[in-house]
Amino acid sequence: MLFGKLTLDALPHEPIVVVTGIFMALGALAVLGLITYTKKWTWLWREWITTVDHKKIAVMYFILAAIMLLRGFADAALMRAQQVLSVGDSFGFLPPDHYDQIFTAHGAIMIFFMAMPFMFGLLNLAVPLQIGARDVAYPFLNSLSFWLTAFSAGLVMISLVVGKFASTGWLAYPPLSGIQYSPGVGVDYYIWALQISGVGSLISGINFLVTILKMRCPGMTLMKMPIFVWTALCSMILVILAFPVLTVTLGLLFLDRYFGMHFFTGDFGGNAMMYINLIWVWGHPEVYILVLPAFGIFSEIAATFSKKYLFGYVTMVWAIGVIAILAFVVWLHHFFTMGAGANVNAFFGIATMIIAIPTGVKIFNWLFTMFRGRITFTTPMLWMIGFFITFTVGGMTGIMLAVPGIDFQMHNSEFLVAHFHNVIIGGVVFGYFAGFTYWFPKMFGFRLHEGLGKCAFSCWIIGFYTAFMPLYILGMMGMSRRLQHYDAATGWHPYLVVAALGACIVALGIAFQVAQLVYSVINREKLKDTTGDPWDGRTLEWAIPSPAPFYNFAVTPEVSERDGFWHDKLKKKRKSTKYEDIHMPKNTPMGIIIAAFSAVLGFAMIWDITWLAVLSGIAMLGSVIARTLDYNIDYYVKVAEIKKIEAAYAKGAK
Amino acid sequence: MTAHAITKEKYNLIPKDVFGFWIYIMSDCVLFATLFATYIVLHNNTYGGPGIKDIASLSYILVETMLLLTSSFTFGLAMLASFKRDMPKVMLFLGITFALGLGFIVLEINEFVHLILEGNGPQRSGFLSAFFTLVGTHGLHVTVGLVWMASMMYQLKKHGLTNFTSEKLTCLGLFWHFLDIVWIFVFTIVYLMGAV
Repeated sequence: MLFGKLTLDALPHEPIVVVTGIFMALGALAVLGLITYTKKWTWLWREWITTVDHKKIAVMYFILAAIMLLRGFADAALMRAQQVLSVGDSFGFLPPDHYDQIFTAHGAIMIFFMAMPFMFGLLNLAVPLQIGARDVAYPFLNSLSFWLTAFSAGLVMISLVVGKFASTGWLAYPPLSGIQYSPGVGVDYYIWALQISGVGSLISGINFLVTILKMRCPGMTLMKMPIFVWTALCSMILVILAFPVLTVTLGLLFLDRYFGMHFFTGDFGGNAMMYINLIWVWGHPEVYILVLPAFGIFSEIAATFSKKYLFGYVTMVWAIGVIAILAFVVWLHHFFTMGAGANVNAFFGIATMIIAIPTGVKIFNWLFTMFRGRITFTTPMLWMIGFFITFTVGGMTGIMLAVPGIDFQMHNSEFLVAHFHNVIIGGVVFGYFAGFTYWFPKMFGFRLHEGLGKCAFSCWIIGFYTAFMPLYILGMMGMSRRLQHYDAATGWHPYLVVAALGACIVALGIAFQVAQLVYSVINREKLKDTTGDPWDGRTLEWAIPSPAPFYNFAVTPEVSERDGFWHDKLKKKRKSTKYEDIHMPKNTPMGIIIAAFSAVLGFAMIWDITWLAVLSGIAMLGSVIARTLDYNIDYYVKVAEIKKIEAAYAKGAK
Repeated sequence: MTAHAITKEKYNLIPKDVFGFWIYIMSDCVLFATLFATYIVLHNNTYGGPGIKDIASLSYILVETMLLLTSSFTFGLAMLASFKRDMPKVMLFLGITFALGLGFIVLEINEFVHLILEGNGPQRSGFLSAFFTLVGTHGLHVTVGLVWMASMMYQLKKHGLTNFTSEKLTCLGLFWHFLDIVWIFVFTIVYLMGAV
């Protein structure tokens, strides 16, 4: 009873999982050992774990996203391999239940623990710098959000070795995810990991909204903000409106499973279709939460590398706003086949098609920005051009799926799988990679190597088309998604072999990205950014040295027009040196402490370890209260110290 | 959650923390809206069990409602006293508010216990699941509010009425009045529309 449902049986028996588990443990031990060997624990604790600096939190988000990208990609590779091998008389190497866990984990990880952390990393890095602020509105909550996300990702990783993950598909539809059909701990892992990271995302959403609305530097009115900040603002509004719905939906599923309630059960008056409606009321805005910041990144990149003002700034802002509003009136297109009736389907179909209009406006704005510009084809620019084509193809197939008649044919087929990868990889992933490359110098003070970046891009784009175009054809041939085995007579096999080949090319692209990082770190002196403005940028983040000092701006900047920094450069305006004491937040370990207790609470609830759940719950509430009682949370950086730091930077620039 | 890293405080009319708390309340609003929607979808799914007419006693609920509404009024008096820097009065009215809120919670728990003992717990039907969850989530919020109020009184005692504690008091006030408004919706949609 001491350990609830947790027994030694929870450890894995399948050879693949055992080996993966051992490698994971060895990897973790190696990292811990290396930190101990180099005596870096105090440094790690002081400089990183307890930090409330938005730029460092951004770096930690990127590390988390990179680890989870590798995990999610490994899942994808396993699925591709299984579908190549499991045809006719052979059954591949993954038994059905394990295969189901893998596609569930792949989806959940890529959205919640790769894309979301990557997005918040980019926001953390760029938003405060672009609006001329010294940090986000609530630095402590920022640290808390990150650690909640990191620990919930940890829960997903633990599920690989202790127990199992959900085998329900990434949105865990009931009644399959109910206690009757999924009695194991898999769905519980899913619920708790998503609940904890969801709370983190909601807190971040509020944090960035307040940052953008309340902390812009003097002169920066809303219509003078960089477009990336606009997309961040709209994306955060969506977070604030959508994530509470996710929290409630998963909460109700938890009540069904844990207390035997009847929200989504097949009997006692439950209604499973309500879950599907609710989860997509969150799920559709979530897509735009991810893609809007990518649109913002492309807007920055298009202007910078074409040496022109962004074409149609005002229409761009309106397009972003319209997309954000439409995000909430299209959720039903994910289940036209539910049978809501022709009129309802027609409404949601038309609403979906209308989204193509503002998106088209944006594409043309970017194209006209490049038109007659002085374009430099850097890696971010290549990602952008790859995005134009790929995202447009994905958008077109989206319009096809928006026609209820076509959707009845294509629902849950590989056509759908191809469509959403087409927009998410072509839009979100390419955008984030572009943004990462673009802002990398501001983080570390040196650029990423261009040649290897271009190799990575080439592999990604070729690999993407090779991997996903066959899936469109397979969908039209009638192949459903999530198949662990199929008959040879279907004729699907050759296309799946091509798709697997595509996955290999994408793997090569990822390998190039790792190589690019390693090479650039080794040659960081050669790639050094001495000016703080490596791309001849237009917005405020390039006005300060690289890597950005911890207080960001020695003197609060003022802007009078859009692309304020560009104007200052044209007018050869000199930097002010009228320093004043800077008010800064103190580092605190409370973020990681509260998040750790919440993860323990989640783990205890998953395994029914009542005493531990009660203890960690009390400890978590206790630490929250302790934090609110702590009034000693800020300090001032003195003018003398600012002068010293700025002088050191000036020396480095020469 | 204090005011650090300020760049342009003087341009702002509402303090940053209070503004952020408003945003949080908006998100909480969405949370309750989702629960209301769930309740409306499921309220007829009694599966042979009791409906709202059979389990609600309007006079009992009216007492609960009056307790909560009065507590909102007394919180308002505490805020007025805080504007006048009248510390003893602030503490007195916060104490009364706390007692009224506690009374509300006790009555609600009593109602829940009775229902469960009669065999009409949340496991009985989809309707009862939705009923318990909606009303219970509100009750949980009030409980959190009570814990916060206790902590607030301690902080006021320790630090007095500074700008910082006043801001915190304002946030607590927003939270408390918000819960009152949510309860008015619970009272109307669950009890009045169901039982009358």
